[in-house]
Amino acid sequence: MSHPTPEELNAKAHAALAQLEPRITQLKPKDRLAIPVQEMPAQDPHVRRHNIQEVAVGYTAEQARAEALRCLQCKNAPCIAGCPVRINIPAFIQAIVDGDYQKSVDIIKEASLLPAVCGRVCPQEEQCQKPCTVGKALKDCNQSVSIGRLERFVSDWEREQGKIKIPTVKLETGKKVAIIGCGPAGITVAADVRREGHAVTIFEAFHRPGGVMLYGIPEFRLPKVIVQQEVATLEKMGVKIQTNFAVGRTRKLLDLIKKDGYDAIFVGVGAGLPKFMNIPGENLVGVFSANEYLTRANLMRAYDFERADTPIFRSNKVAVLGGGNVAMDATRMAIRLGAQEVHLVYRRTEVEMPARIEEVAHAKEEGAIFHLLQNAKRIIGDDKGRVTGMECLRYELGEPDASGRRRPVEVKGSEFIMDVDTVIVAIGNDSNPLIRQTTPGLEHNKWGNIITDDAQKTSLDAVYAGGDIVLGAATVILAMGQGRTAAAAINKLLAEKMTQPAGR
Amino acid sequence: MNKIIKKTQLSSDVFQLRVAAPLIAEERKPGQFVILQLDNEFGERIPLTIADADQKAGSITLIFQVVGKTTRRLAALKEGENIVSILGPLGQPTHIEKVGTVVCVGGGIGVAPLHPIAQGMKQAGNRVIIIMGARTKDLIILEKEMRVIADELILCTDDGSAGRKCLVTEPLKELCQREPKPNLAVAIGPPIMMKFCAATTRPFAVPTVVSLNTIMVDGTGMCGGCRVTVGDKTRFVCVDGPEFDGHLVDFDNMMQRLSAYKDLEKDAHHKCRMEMEIKKLKATTP
Repeated sequence: MSHPTPEELNAKAHAALAQLEPRITQLKPKDRLAIPVQEMPAQDPHVRRHNIQEVAVGYTAEQARAEALRCLQCKNAPCIAGCPVRINIPAFIQAIVDGDYQKSVDIIKEASLLPAVCGRVCPQEEQCQKPCTVGKALKDCNQSVSIGRLERFVSDWEREQGKIKIPTVKLETGKKVAIIGCGPAGITVAADVRREGHAVTIFEAFHRPGGVMLYGIPEFRLPKVIVQQEVATLEKMGVKIQTNFAVGRTRKLLDLIKKDGYDAIFVGVGAGLPKFMNIPGENLVGVFSANEYLTRANLMRAYDFERADTPIFRSNKVAVLGGGNVAMDATRMAIRLGAQEVHLVYRRTEVEMPARIEEVAHAKEEGAIFHLLQNAKRIIGDDKGRVTGMECLRYELGEPDASGRRRPVEVKGSEFIMDVDTVIVAIGNDSNPLIRQTTPGLEHNKWGNIITDDAQKTSLDAVYAGGDIVLGAATVILAMGQGRTAAAAINKLLAEKMTQPAGR
Repeated sequence: MNKIIKKTQLSSDVFQLRVAAPLIAEERKPGQFVILQLDNEFGERIPLTIADADQKAGSITLIFQVVGKTTRRLAALKEGENIVSILGPLGQPTHIEKVGTVVCVGGGIGVAPLHPIAQGMKQAGNRVIIIMGARTKDLIILEKEMRVIADELILCTDDGSAGRKCLVTEPLKELCQREPKPNLAVAIGPPIMMKFCAATTRPFAVPTVVSLNTIMVDGTGMCGGCRVTVGDKTRFVCVDGPEFDGHLVDFDNMMQRLSAYKDLEKDAHHKCRMEMEIKKLKATTP
């Protein structure tokens, strides 16, 4: 299968538009449904296997217009209900049709602070695009309006214009809010709280802000300049970012209130404690958590062999364990770092994979070898403690389990050895213990996730939490959704404090 | 940004830096460490134990040996210059309590992290016996500081150039054979030294704490690169440690894991020397 070039895809859009333009004002739903889905132009798989640049290159203006014309502008807008932050999707799409990209971005930004990020990494097929009427009419969710690609198109346009609007900030209130963790949840809270005129400081443990968008999601899926741009916008709003600051260690959480006079705290530290399989051989040299592998490659830029001081393991044959987006990221990163074979090992089938269809497709295009209904049983090493192979078991699907997915059952006696020198474990994260261990009274569940009420408030006064530390491993947009809720609650709390007479 | 207030060379390749870090100085307890970085773009993050801290002056003391690219660059920094990133204090503090007699064993650079622990043990009312070992006389550090703390101090060198000519395990064994035997041993130094200290105390059932310095990226539990096998469990040095029961640590596995990037580091060192040679050549060619 030959890979379509961006020019070819644009030509298709051009042709489709040429047919429509003469009667553009009288388009019937039938006409709109007949417009083909505009495919995302992407780097050729054979080329991108060897570089770190973004895979999806983005719609052209004509593609965006053609795709936007597919939207039926439903009165009931089921897509909005599917969006965790309730973006007015039909309105921003109509603005694209009208050629008013600025208006389009403005509409998105009323609800989402990070459109260039979400347009790229949101699982739209599970959210806004799932209930889309177009997809339903065509009996295929993949035929829904490509809302995410359009979101990305206008937000990229805004950034490329170099005139990103800085949200207005109300008069200083004298109240201070501390935000722990500069990831998607923290950034959202920071912006929403700062807009109300409260002083905001974000405390980030790493040396650079961005959280999972920086250390976890690779450059080829989310260019770091985009994250930097979003953080720069926050700083222009007056948000202070304190890096190299691990709350719980550098300062106890509640000392921020007691000693430093913060009026409220939001904890958005992410999941951040990698799970392992607990199988023999897991501590051999050459076994990594996906967190470690990706942090070395992304945040520490170990992919730049020449310039980066942080080393990364040089592998020939890699096995990645897991079926989520992180597993796909690790797989595709290993390919780019020069591994000759990358095997993705997942104990269920492709249908049950939590990874986005697009990521799975991209991984396959880039040459990843999928081993479904298989799982690692033990990892084998040589006398130097280095990985030389992995014993696997075959599985078959049994009855559905608690998650509704059919439970994989091992096939007795099906052991076989996979010849690998590297194993990357990408089976999720437990919650990071730093804050929990050092903050008495902060209630958490048995998995260590912080317990909150509907307004994201924790068991402690003026302390809120959201994102993966509450949700377990989730997505950027869900973290943002919780951030939004928490920010509203914090703003309400501070407004009440300000109207209270002094001394109370 | 953390300014270097004072720099002292302790031996040919060991340096001591007093660095401005008021918040870390305030929170830090014996046994904890920091992660530092000299370049936020392409630099690596390395863990270093906090040797001492001065809350009033808002400074911490770091002692390190030049072993790779980052420590070499760190050693080249001058007073008044800055370390771009320091994160800390990290890890669980040492559990300090009065147990009776504590033997503190420090090998080479390991004497630096041992110093605040020995100090803490003394302040808690313990009788503190210190064993200090080094390859040779010139590599002994903090002898004066340790003598102030110690009720008894035994110095050993591999070549006999100072103190006894033996490994630290020899006097450690003698102490274990004394009556009453020590109530606790704390051993910090090269992994091989800690391994043999643990092996020495095991037959005498003297509880032995070791402090591990493994490969880390974030130092906050996120990467798991620092994991070690302790008993039959996997533990993270950064959040569960850095101190563990020496009788349970799988030192062989730990040493193998420490060598994960040895080949690559040699490459880097080799390339660096090549570059230096090329520069020299260029400088001398008209």
